[in-house]
Formats: sequence, C-alpha cells, structure tokens
Amino acid sequence: MVGRLADNVMHFVRALRAAGLPIGPGRTIEALRAVEAVGVGRREDFYWTLHATLVNRRDQRAVFDQAFHIFWKDPQLLEKMMSLLLPRLTSDELPNALDEASQRVKDALAPQPVPGPGEETAPSEIRVDAALTYSDRERLQDLDFEDMTAAEERAARRIIAQLRFPIEAVRTRRTRPDRRGRRIDLRASLRASLRTGGASIPLARRAVVTRHPPIVALCDISGSMERYSRMLLHFLHALTNDRDRVHSFVFGTRLTNVTRHLRHKDVDIALAKASKAVADWSGGTRIGKTLFDFNRLWSRRVMGQGPLVLLISDGLDQAAGEGLGEQMARLKRSCRRLIWLNPLLRYEGFEPKSMGVRAMLPHVDEFRPVHNLKSLAELANALGRERVRGESKRIAS
Amino acid sequence: MTTPLPASIDETAKLLAGGRYVAERSLATVLYLALRLGRPLFLEGEAGVGKTEIAKVLAETLGRRLERLQCYEGLDVSSAVYEWNYARQMIEIRLAEAAGGADRARLGDDVFSSRFLIDRPILRALRDHGDAPPVLLIDELDRSDEPFEAYLLEVLSDFQVTIPEIGAIKAAKPPIVIITSNRTREIHDALKRRCLYHWVDYPDAARERAILAAKVPGIEDRLSREVVGFVQALRGLDLFKLPGVAETIDWAHALIALDRIVLDPATVNDTLGVLLKYQDDIARLRGSEAAQLLDKVKADLAAEKA
Repeated sequence: MVGRLADNVMHFVRALRAAGLPIGPGRTIEALRAVEAVGVGRREDFYWTLHATLVNRRDQRAVFDQAFHIFWKDPQLLEKMMSLLLPRLTSDELPNALDEASQRVKDALAPQPVPGPGEETAPSEIRVDAALTYSDRERLQDLDFEDMTAAEERAARRIIAQLRFPIEAVRTRRTRPDRRGRRIDLRASLRASLRTGGASIPLARRAVVTRHPPIVALCDISGSMERYSRMLLHFLHALTNDRDRVHSFVFGTRLTNVTRHLRHKDVDIALAKASKAVADWSGGTRIGKTLFDFNRLWSRRVMGQGPLVLLISDGLDQAAGEGLGEQMARLKRSCRRLIWLNPLLRYEGFEPKSMGVRAMLPHVDEFRPVHNLKSLAELANALGRERVRGESKRIAS
Repeated sequence: MTTPLPASIDETAKLLAGGRYVAERSLATVLYLALRLGRPLFLEGEAGVGKTEIAKVLAETLGRRLERLQCYEGLDVSSAVYEWNYARQMIEIRLAEAAGGADRARLGDDVFSSRFLIDRPILRALRDHGDAPPVLLIDELDRSDEPFEAYLLEVLSDFQVTIPEIGAIKAAKPPIVIITSNRTREIHDALKRRCLYHWVDYPDAARERAILAAKVPGIEDRLSREVVGFVQALRGLDLFKLPGVAETIDWAHALIALDRIVLDPATVNDTLGVLLKYQDDIARLRGSEAAQLLDKVKADLAAEKA
C-alpha cells in the first residue's frame, strides 16, 4: 500500500480513538488490509470499507460519519480542530474532577470527633460511627427518608449498600453435573462405564441450572420524589452491583438510561456520573409519555428475557394519567412481574385518588411502600419470593 | 455447481442482484470484504430488513450449502456443534464384550472416536468440503445466552471446535459466516471484534421499489409507488413496531391477490394486519389516520409526476 495512505488511515484511526471509539491496533491493521483489498477508486467504497472495519455499534456511526467527512477532506483540519478542542475538553473535565476530589479531600480533612478508619462523622447532634449501635440502627429502620438528617442519610446509605437481594432464580435450559439431578448424563455415564471395563453403567446425573431473571428499574426523579429519589438511586446502585443483568432508567419529563453510569463500583462516582447524564432532576413528571418512550425505544432491547420490572414513583402525574393506562398495560405484558414501589404508601389512609395512580394500579402485580430502610429490606426479601404472585398487594384495585 | 467468489464490489452487487436481492452499496462493500478477508459478517437491524435473506441468497448464488443455526436461550453444544451417538456407543461396547477380551483403553479410544460423532450445524460447516466451504448462518444470536456467545469466540476466530475426547477439529477452508441479530440485547464486544459489522437500515423509497420489482414481478408501477409511499410514511410515525421490507413485500402480494391496482382507504383498513403486527398500532391507524396518510401519499406522488 502507498505509505502515505497508510499513514493517513492511521491518523484517522487515532482521531476516531480520540473521539471515543474503542479501536485497538488490531483493527487498524484490519482496516489497512481491507482498504488494500478494495482499493481507493471510489470515495463511497472507501467510506464503507473503513466503516466495516472501524465501527461496531450503531451509535458510533454518527461520529464516524462526521470524522470521515472532515478528515478526508483535509486531514490537517481535523487535527487542528482536535487540538483546538482538546484543551477545552480537559479544562471542562478538570474542575469537575477537582470538585469530586475536593469533596473527598474535605471529607477526609474534616475534624473527626471519633477517630477511626473509614468512619464518617456528622457535625450535627447525632453521631454515627461505622458500626451503628443497635438502637441507632433500629431507629433508622423506621425513619422516613424524608425526615432524615444529613448524617442519618449517610448512615442509611451505608446500610443500603450492604443489602443483599436474594432474587428467586428461574429455570434455564442448561444443565450441570449433579449427583442428585433428575436427568441422566449419558456422556459421563458412558465414560464412567468404560473406566470399569464396560461391565456396568454407573449413572451420572445432571440438574437444571437456575438463574435470576434480569431486572429493569424505572425510577421517578421528579420534584415530588426529590427526597426519595437520591436514596433510591443508592438502592439501584447496590442492586446493580449485586448482580448482572440489571438495567436502570430514571425519568421526570424525559427518560434517561443510567445503567452504565451506575455500574461504577464507587457509589459517589456512579451517582455523580448518573446525575450528570440526567437533565430533568426535580422537575415535573410525565409518566405516560416516558413509559411510552420506554416501550418504544428500550422495551425490545432490555425486556428480551422476561425481566422483573421495578417501577418507583409516587404516581403523581402532570398529565393527569393521560395515556398512562395503555402504556402500563404494554409494560405489564412484556415483563415477568411488575412491582410498583410507592413512597406515599407510608400513609395509612393512602387512597388511590389521583388520576395517575388510578391509571397505573390495575396493571401492577404488586404494590409496596418504599419510604424507609425497613421497606427496602422487605422489598429485597420480596424479590426472593417470586412465586407468590401479587400476594401482598396492599390495595385492591 | 459452485461459482467463484466475486472479485470486486461491483461483482458482489451483481451477484446479489442475480439472487434477486437488491443491496445498498454499503452492504455490497462489507459483504465483499467479508468474503475477501475471510471474516465473519455481523448484521444487525430491525426485524424484516433482509438480514437472514442475505445468507440464503449468498448460498444460492455461490452454489454453496447453507448451514443454518437458529439461536434460542439455552442453546448448547449438543444441539449446535456435536453430540455423541450414545446408542451406537453402547451397542459397540456390548459387541466388544460379546467378542470377548475387551481391552479397556482401546475400547475407550474406539467408542469416543469420530465414527460415533453426530455433527450439528457448526461442526458440519467446519468439515472438509473441498474447494467450496458452506455458508454458515447463525441466526438471531441475540436470542442465545452469554455462555453460547462465549463458546462462539473460538469458532469465529480460529474456525475450529475442540472436542475433549478427540481434540481440535479445524476447518481446512473457513466457511462463509453470517451472524444476524435483532438487537434485543447487546452482543459482547469480544465477539463483535472478530467480525465485520454492518447495521442494515430500512431502504429508501427508490430502493424499496426496486426490491418490490425484483420480489413481486408483475406489480403495476402505480401500485408499487403507492405501496412504497405508504410504508415509507408509516415509518415516519411513532409506532411500536415499524413495518420492515418483508412486510412491504407481503402487503404487495396481498394486494395483488385481492386484485387491487390502486390503494383505497377501505383496502388499506382491511389489510393493515399484514403491515402492522401490534394491536395498539393497528387501532391507532385504522380509520381516519390511515385515510389521511393515504391522501398525503397520493398527493405527494401526483406532485412528483407533475
């Protein structure tokens, strides 16, 4: 190949990499081989040749397209633009990183009445140490998230992080060796038989492998949910890091997928990333519209394997439940079990009066409160009892 | 009768056209590269845009055998790659005993040899086929689970499978591998990395008319324009499931079977079920919205002609 073209392809790959496409050196070589195979007669063919080797997700296509048209018009131009862009990017990122760090630095340097490793202290009247005393723990369990002080909130978060989710597994079509299994493993049986000379066939057995179903969580972050949603995001983070196949979305007036952000192990970074991605914190709610968006854009991509759906919302809908019923029905039809978690259920006299709540209630399998740690822990347990369908519906609809 | 592989993008496009497949230039390019570089081709796209069809057409026009593997959750090695023929193995053991003096080690080697192996699609695709390796279609990979996806890594990078009792079986000549996915979940990057990737989009109006002309010979030009115009307009709406090319073709067949030469609101209403597969979508379109859409399409076509 002409050396100059190879150089340019390499520069192009580097530009794409800087733009965020994950392209390893192996694929660069692949791209060069492909260009060699096709030749550079037509611009369109050249475009699709590079596209075939350098792009492997649909969402990378826009970036590739822009980069291609800028770069192959004037290779220097893109570089110039990148160099212009780069300092700005870093200076944009930097303060944020500093912010995050500085909060931690501040936390670390804050005066600590009770010294000890990994302890958080609060300036307020309640002192919380890493191992909560029993009575503190007890009190926290029943305390409404809304009424917690900053310190209590922090303690609660730590308890949430330790929650385990014994979600009941469903049977798959796979099997594994198991002496008490119900199926006979012919392959292993025959081999064992040959070891003894084929005189007898000692039966080896296999059992069906079970696996937890995927979980899809849709969490309301509108103004009326403000105090709860932050705590619930901690809950979602704990859930995401406890197992694979968890998809998390948040919504107010728009729907945002925060799965990738919440996957970060460190809860502070995960939540910072998630909140940066969300544009409609503490605003209004349009449950019907966001569920419509979910059904249309995401349903087919995340609901494939019969998931459990957790819908976390107070059901207060700006659009007064318009179109909500149909979207709930569709959601219900595409999942294994639909659980609605509603913080307003803490009030004994809660009645499904609002239009939104009325539209949603007939379609859920289970309706539970989530306003304090106890209810979260109960939820964690309830997820383990998959078979008892709708048994704990609190309000008949 | 096998045909040699195409030597350029133009030839690839011509080959597909010979199989009555109207391909975009981009698809012809990526397909040519897959054939030329011997790499698996990973096709993603909505249902009914002709992903599976490519493999079929390729097998037909190149004169190769098609090995098709339909994926589903729990698909395992014994139904995708190979299985031992246990009945024959047991008979063999009994026969050896009856003949007397069964030598354990020899018997073990004998019973677990390729004589007792049942080939499944993947292993069949890797077997020696002389100069014309088959087309291996791994259909709807997104339906399988992650363990199977991981198993495919060895197959796709080295074109070999390892059977513990025998060892690795490697293809003398790699098969032509086409993988399709409807994207009901994301396929792992490790697998995509071994493939050439292409997103198959809905065709534009001109290409869709060309597809109709190839697939529904004898369709009137006017009907074809109206059908394509209507389907393209549907794709601009917020529907739960947009109609694919397969639906367009089905619809055209249905209209011809009903002896229609132009679209009218009543016919559209009665045949909506061919295009749309969700009750919500049909309920929404039926009646005035379909009629409005049809009026708009006809007006656009009239304006185009004028």
